[in-house]
Amino acid sequence: MTVGGHQSDVRQFHPRARAALDNPQIRANFRSAMDGLMGKRQAAFEGWDLETLRDLGASIRLRALAKLPELLETLEANCTRQGIQVHWAETGDEACGIIRDLCRARGARRVIKGKSMVSEEMELNQFLEAEGIEALESDLGEYLVQLAQETPSHIIMPAIHKNTDEISELMHEKTGTDRSGDVAYLTASARRQLREKFQQAEVGISGVNFAVAETGTLCLVENEGNGRMTTTVPPCHIAVTGIEKVVEHLEDVAPLLSLLTRSATGQHITTYVNLISGPRQADELDGPEEVHLVLVDGGRSAIYQDPELLDTLRCIRCGACMNHCPVYTRVGGHSYGTTYPGPIGKILMPHLLGLEATRDLPSASSLCGACGEVCPVRIPIPTLLQRLRKESVDGDRLRPSVVKGRGVKRTWSEALAWHGFRWFAAHPGRYRLLGWMMSRFRGLAPRRLGAWTRYRSAPKPAPQTLHELMRQRSREGRS
Amino acid sequence: MSSARSTILARLRQGRAGQDWSAPDSDFSVVAERRWTAAEKLDRFEARMTSVNTEVVRVPESDWVECLKGRLQEKSLANLLVASELAHGRALARSWEGGDPQLVAYNRPFEQWPAGLFNHVEASLTGCRGAIAETGTLILWPTPQEPRLMSLVPPVHFVLLHASELYATLSEAMADQDWAGRGMPSNAVLVSGPSKTADIEQTLAYGVHGPRELVVLVLQ
Repeated sequence: MTVGGHQSDVRQFHPRARAALDNPQIRANFRSAMDGLMGKRQAAFEGWDLETLRDLGASIRLRALAKLPELLETLEANCTRQGIQVHWAETGDEACGIIRDLCRARGARRVIKGKSMVSEEMELNQFLEAEGIEALESDLGEYLVQLAQETPSHIIMPAIHKNTDEISELMHEKTGTDRSGDVAYLTASARRQLREKFQQAEVGISGVNFAVAETGTLCLVENEGNGRMTTTVPPCHIAVTGIEKVVEHLEDVAPLLSLLTRSATGQHITTYVNLISGPRQADELDGPEEVHLVLVDGGRSAIYQDPELLDTLRCIRCGACMNHCPVYTRVGGHSYGTTYPGPIGKILMPHLLGLEATRDLPSASSLCGACGEVCPVRIPIPTLLQRLRKESVDGDRLRPSVVKGRGVKRTWSEALAWHGFRWFAAHPGRYRLLGWMMSRFRGLAPRRLGAWTRYRSAPKPAPQTLHELMRQRSREGRS
Repeated sequence: MSSARSTILARLRQGRAGQDWSAPDSDFSVVAERRWTAAEKLDRFEARMTSVNTEVVRVPESDWVECLKGRLQEKSLANLLVASELAHGRALARSWEGGDPQLVAYNRPFEQWPAGLFNHVEASLTGCRGAIAETGTLILWPTPQEPRLMSLVPPVHFVLLHASELYATLSEAMADQDWAGRGMPSNAVLVSGPSKTADIEQTLAYGVHGPRELVVLVLQ
């Protein structure tokens, strides 16, 4: 249901950001939502030793990544023993194919979905629709975004870009719901429509927040109950997740939950934490008779090859980095044109799509550092942004790199300018010569310097260099 | 098994080769150490639960049936889904009278009565495996007697909680009940309030897909 592929869209970051900045409605919607989320987060961590908790969260994720291949094998063994069938996919397309085959094997035409960002990343809904399988989102925000034929603009609050009036109009147009400014009424209307769908669906598809290797448990976090419906009512449940979501022990889940829900929405805990460790047992009266787990690589094992970039994989998808990002708050989630917007998107999407397509993302940041300061698992996002900026202009053919599209922004003129500067700056005599030339030929300094001069005037060299002025001053002082 | 599996695992192992992979130690004291008395735990549980629209009713163990009856009447509920073969189900049946709401049993697979469960049942009553004070959370482990959908589909959900089964934190509950060691059930759920959403302009609305109301009877 997403409009267009990521690849076709993501290159248009600047025009879309410009358009969003010119749209007062979008800016007001995001501003008020992000202010609210920042305040709630702060209140939820009151009384906590947050820095120590973040250390713990980071250590749990780092430990999981350090043991990733072993933990995936343990997870698979435990799930399999408990009756959960495990599938592996190298790419999103491969994962879509696996899910289609599972649906076909059950003769399924109707699929109900719980919220899953990795399924957005794979564009699973479009894939299934093309195969004649209806995929309906059941999370209220995702449902609204799907009705509007849009993509989520925030990973936790997919419809945050719309206000109540816009949603009322959308529901009226698409589902015949009476127009209303009453959120409770609109919610109740969606509840009625979706309760039917849960019963009709032959397959339920969900994401996973944490997959616990030790016990073979899939942990799903939500407020609405649609996730529980999706994983309980249809006879078949397919959970799909990135390979990095695994944690070692069940006890690791408690601190990560404390961090996740407070960072995301400022809640001490979500209404439901659903722990699934197997299909319906012989003596049980409900629950799916089949449970599948699809483990998707989708570029993650490539990130894993680099010890610095690896930190990207710690992410627990709370969205705090976007809530606190001055750029995201102003341009909104859709400007990025990627599944994951905001700071985490800027460091993750270049790996999933390559730097050619995402060339504007690492530089769409003021490097203010807010994202790194709030990240519950201490991902050094600003450092990773700088690393990707370097990668995008790097021309060193001898140094192997895991980043697709490295050097895509390298231009001969910029490279030449820096080579020239290096030559001048490495020797005192040459440096003085450069200063002398620049101050004497200042009239020739260019007035336009690309993006720099779009909002600023071009710097003009002074008539005398600092060295000359200092020499002059010391001469005058002596006389 | 599949080639994708071996390719992914091989690539991960190759990525790790020759790198320093010592992860820092995890110190769990920040999420474990709480020195709350039983009374403090109960107060905190109640405060948290109430803040998310849950009714918490403290009731002497001998009076809970009457208390429940009163609530059912107050909310004009016509029926109650309850596990008839569990102790609380039997206690309920013993003191039930003609004019009381109808008791419904979940005694056949869901597929045999989906419309009945979704459209007919107005409330349910289940037990729980304790609760967590810090976050105001009930621990539900569905069983053949109390299946998963009992706590999800009916619009009103009543839960019986023994005050003595209140843990300070999730970490403490997991450790004390030895979840990892004894193995997890096919499904376990932590419930902290009635179903809710803030997906429309961050305005809170209760009762999206699950229960609209959650009532906890704390037996003392």
